Amino acid sequence: MMDLRELYQDIILDHSRHPRNARAIAQPSHFAHGHNPLCGDRVTIYLALEGDRIADVSFEGRGCAISTASASLMTEILKGKSIAEAETLFRSFHAKVTGGEAPAAPESLEDDLDRLEPLTGVKAFPVRVKCATLPWHALEAALKSGALGATVKTE
Amino acid sequence: MSSIANLRSVEGAGATLDPRRLRRDFPVFEHNPGLVFLDTAASAQKPRAVIDGVAEFYRRDYANVHRGVYRLSARSTELYEEAREKVRRFINAADQREIVFTRGTTEAINLVANSWGPAFLGKDDEIIVTELEHHSNIVPWQMLRDRVGAKLVVAPIDATGGLDMAVFERLLSPRTKLVAVTHVANATGAMPPVASIVRLAHEKGAKVLVDGAQAAPRMPIDVQALGCDFYAFSGHKTYGPSGIGALYGRRELLEAMPPWQGGGDMILTVTFEKTVYNELPHKFEAGTPDISGAIGLGLAIDYLQGLGLDRIEEHEAALTGYGIDALAALPGVRVVGAGQRRLGVLSFEVEGIHPHDLATVLDQHKVAVRAGHHCAQPLMEKLGLAATTRASLGLYNDERDIDALAAAIRAAQEMFVR
Repeated sequence: MMDLRELYQDIILDHSRHPRNARAIAQPSHFAHGHNPLCGDRVTIYLALEGDRIADVSFEGRGCAISTASASLMTEILKGKSIAEAETLFRSFHAKVTGGEAPAAPESLEDDLDRLEPLTGVKAFPVRVKCATLPWHALEAALKSGALGATVKTE
Repeated sequence: MSSIANLRSVEGAGATLDPRRLRRDFPVFEHNPGLVFLDTAASAQKPRAVIDGVAEFYRRDYANVHRGVYRLSARSTELYEEAREKVRRFINAADQREIVFTRGTTEAINLVANSWGPAFLGKDDEIIVTELEHHSNIVPWQMLRDRVGAKLVVAPIDATGGLDMAVFERLLSPRTKLVAVTHVANATGAMPPVASIVRLAHEKGAKVLVDGAQAAPRMPIDVQALGCDFYAFSGHKTYGPSGIGALYGRRELLEAMPPWQGGGDMILTVTFEKTVYNELPHKFEAGTPDISGAIGLGLAIDYLQGLGLDRIEEHEAALTGYGIDALAALPGVRVVGAGQRRLGVLSFEVEGIHPHDLATVLDQHKVAVRAGHHCAQPLMEKLGLAATTRASLGLYNDERDIDALAAAIRAAQEMFVR
């Protein structure tokens, strides 16, 4: 039996019970909806960019403990980051949870990637990987689509 | 009770089914010790009689059907048509020609929507579906609606989760040409009163298609007693192979319907100018059919009839009742309503735990359930739920499985709800 506590570490349970930045941004510069048709989970990511910097980032949605905690942790980490840093974090995180090859991340992002480490427990639960990546896919879609918004689905 | 069932009960199974004993008929449990399988509504496990019987057919009797002059092909054809006769008996159709083999319930419904639909439905004609339906009994009718300009009318559920019959009666009108309704709802187990629905619909001249995917493995089906015009079910939910199912259609309807797919087997003569179609039911079975699938389905039917469908229904009903009581006794657990009658399916919510998280924890306790919208998104929407956890029952389940489910739910609550 795989240890469930590897998946549901305290930090995950804490963020799922008390999600940070779980609110809308009234006039986001960028936003996107994420939808996992398999379980019905939905998340909307809001961004307020000032130049190249993420001045504010938040999310709203309904989802499982993993997707909620992932969205919560993501928003905490992204505040103050540049778009390029956000994209590097996405690629690194995606590689970590899917077992792909992670791009070299600058030292300045190491602490942030460490904070995402608890989510990598999903690797042992393949059907749950999409729960962890859903908010990040929505982030990527938001960065691409800007204030028009977009919808991204996991399949 | 059939004479075969009586015989079996004399043999020692007793008046009621003994799931622990039946479990030995299902090799999956040997290979997955401790498995608590509560996802039969998605697909049933297969008894040895089906697994071995299909392999044996391939070893000894296989050839294409309806073609060969040689004896092996004749034998294969005979077994294939014998399977059709087993299906006829299984649902008590009047005539073998009323049984069309399909890939499953979905294809059976699509056959009606594509053949009967455009031939007999026109602009502003109405199709009634209920809020209890699986996507497969919604989407084909939407496609038909868009094709012929018909209207799709939705019969709602009431506050208890059953079909609101008062509203249903009001929705029926001379414009209603078809009512498509489930026999047992896959998401909640709700059982709309199909016989009454058929009677009311027929009074208005409408035809009725019944989705029997969940009912066929759980209770005796008698299409003549129900009076329905079409009945669809799947092999894989009926303890048979996947990729096979059947459509029952009243003979005069099937006779009047054009073929759906063209190809071999569905023709009598072909010239480049004109094709004469084959007789029923072959008119609707273009191409080489799923021969071994049909034979496997026949073997599954033999197995179920050997146990007795009435005893299976008793078992399912008793265990459903036990399950509702066990779940309702757990703090923080709410069973989703299914109206006055429910069979074999328990959909529930656990406060503070998302169904996907719950299903992951249950899986760690070897309890296999379904979490999600169960291909019934409109129903989930109506119930105000994004997803539920669904435990569904089969022949091999007993009270211990429900107790294991309850214990695993408690373990999940310890983890998530504090």
